[in-house]
Amino acid sequence: MKLNCKINGEFREAEGVWEGESLLYVLRERLDLPGSKNACEQGECGSCSVYMDGTLVCSCLVLAGQAEGRDIVTVEGLADEDELHPVQESFVEAGAVQCGFCTPGLIVATHDLLERNAEPSDAEIREALAGNLCRCTGYEKILDAVKLAAGKNGKGAS
Amino acid sequence: MEFLQPDNLREAFEMRASHPGAAPICGGTDIMVELNFDHRRPEYVLDLTRVPELAEWSRENGGFRVGAGVSYTRIIEELGESLPGLAMASRTVGSPQIRNRGTVGGNLGTASPAGDGLPPLYASDAEVEVASLEGTRRIPVAEFITGPKRNALGDGELITAFHIPEADGPQQYSKIGTRNAMVIAVCAFGLALHPEKGKVGACIGSAAPTPVRTKEAEEFIEGVISESDLWQTRREISGSALRRFGDMVEMSAKPISDVRGTAAYRTRAVGVLARRTLSWAWDEYRGGSR
Ligand SMILES: Cc1cc2nc3c(=O)[nH]c(=O)nc-3n(C[C@H](O)[C@H](O)[C@H](O)COP(=O)(O)OP(=O)(O)OC[C@H]3O[C@@H](n4cnc5c(N)ncnc54)[C@H](O)[C@@H]3O)c2cc1C
Repeated sequence: MKLNCKINGEFREAEGVWEGESLLYVLRERLDLPGSKNACEQGECGSCSVYMDGTLVCSCLVLAGQAEGRDIVTVEGLADEDELHPVQESFVEAGAVQCGFCTPGLIVATHDLLERNAEPSDAEIREALAGNLCRCTGYEKILDAVKLAAGKNGKGAS
Repeated sequence: MEFLQPDNLREAFEMRASHPGAAPICGGTDIMVELNFDHRRPEYVLDLTRVPELAEWSRENGGFRVGAGVSYTRIIEELGESLPGLAMASRTVGSPQIRNRGTVGGNLGTASPAGDGLPPLYASDAEVEVASLEGTRRIPVAEFITGPKRNALGDGELITAFHIPEADGPQQYSKIGTRNAMVIAVCAFGLALHPEKGKVGACIGSAAPTPVRTKEAEEFIEGVISESDLWQTRREISGSALRRFGDMVEMSAKPISDVRGTAAYRTRAVGVLARRTLSWAWDEYRGGSR
């Protein structure tokens, strides 16, 4: 089947989509958007997190056809052109990136958190990121990065 | 595999009727795992996320009709005040990503003994609404869930909603797992106080083939409360009565041993959860906020 959706602000069409595949597969394998990572395929790790109509979801748990006509934003769509988004900058600055595999999902989940709550407490950060696993276990630095990003947000960036 | 995407409820019923065996999908948080791992390859998948009727909730006399497709996140945000027990249970489901997509309709569809949405429905005597081209039925949740991963849904039917009374007293939900997020319950317990009616509703999760109501324990504690006039005086429930309540709940548990916990651990743990949730709910009642 064909799948049409808006991805990172652009209308995109994927052809030859198998009815049983996930949005994650479409993004990575058909639309050349490998930022969303494929790890567990069961919603446990959060590395495939994207926005669908403004809601944070695991793209591995969205059946391709369910995304028809929806507005998808992936990690590739958060920043303008060649710049980094303040959340991305913060992860770099805080040393919150080790192997980097969980990073895209964490960036999108952090972006979502800060959209909803500009000054999250530690407990709120842990709660919001509970669905994103880092196997390098760099959680302390990730917490630092989120707090750093919240601070930048406060200064007008978004 | 064929993908069916109805735009309204009528069309959904028609597609369901004309494609026997079609697998409904709502949030996909159970069924997508099965599809991704090739544990299941249905001939037809029926997407319910475009059916607006399923994503609505409304007030009805004394309670709510909540569409099967309302997500946990929306239950927490929009109904948390009126359905605190279900909202507490919803907060324990998976992660934000899972709660944004997962639905109580899907929890009822999967009918797992560990489904966190179920004990609060049992504790409040909720009813499941199922419907097809033939008409609509309302089934008490304890009759709808017929066994582990089994329910009373008929061939052409879809789960359309559940009906649940508004909380008329404090409610609690508590769950045991290895971490705070993203765990299937080792065991769980839901509880609802009904001061006006002098009733206590309670249900064990994940320690029997289905969630189980704890009738005897409920009647015991109702007796203790009314004998000493505690609904009126809002005095403490004695420690021994709380413990006895927990012990009686333990007797209703029929757990198995598996990777998440032994039967003995689960039995003991539901007793502890029962005692604690009752004391928390009672403290709230004594505080008089409801
Ligand atoms: C990472 C992860 C963590 C999880 N954590 C928890 C947890 O902590 N607690 C918990 O209880 N569950 C948990 N789950 C399981 C799941 O999220 C819940 O069972 C959820 O309620 C399923 O809802 P859904 O809308 O996503 O269902 P779907 O996957 O869309 O459907 C589930 C089943 O119900 C059927 N169905 C769905 N809607 C209808 C309908 N309207 N009519 C008829 N049949 C229907 C489907 O055919 C399917 O068989 C978790 C899942 C994942 C992936």
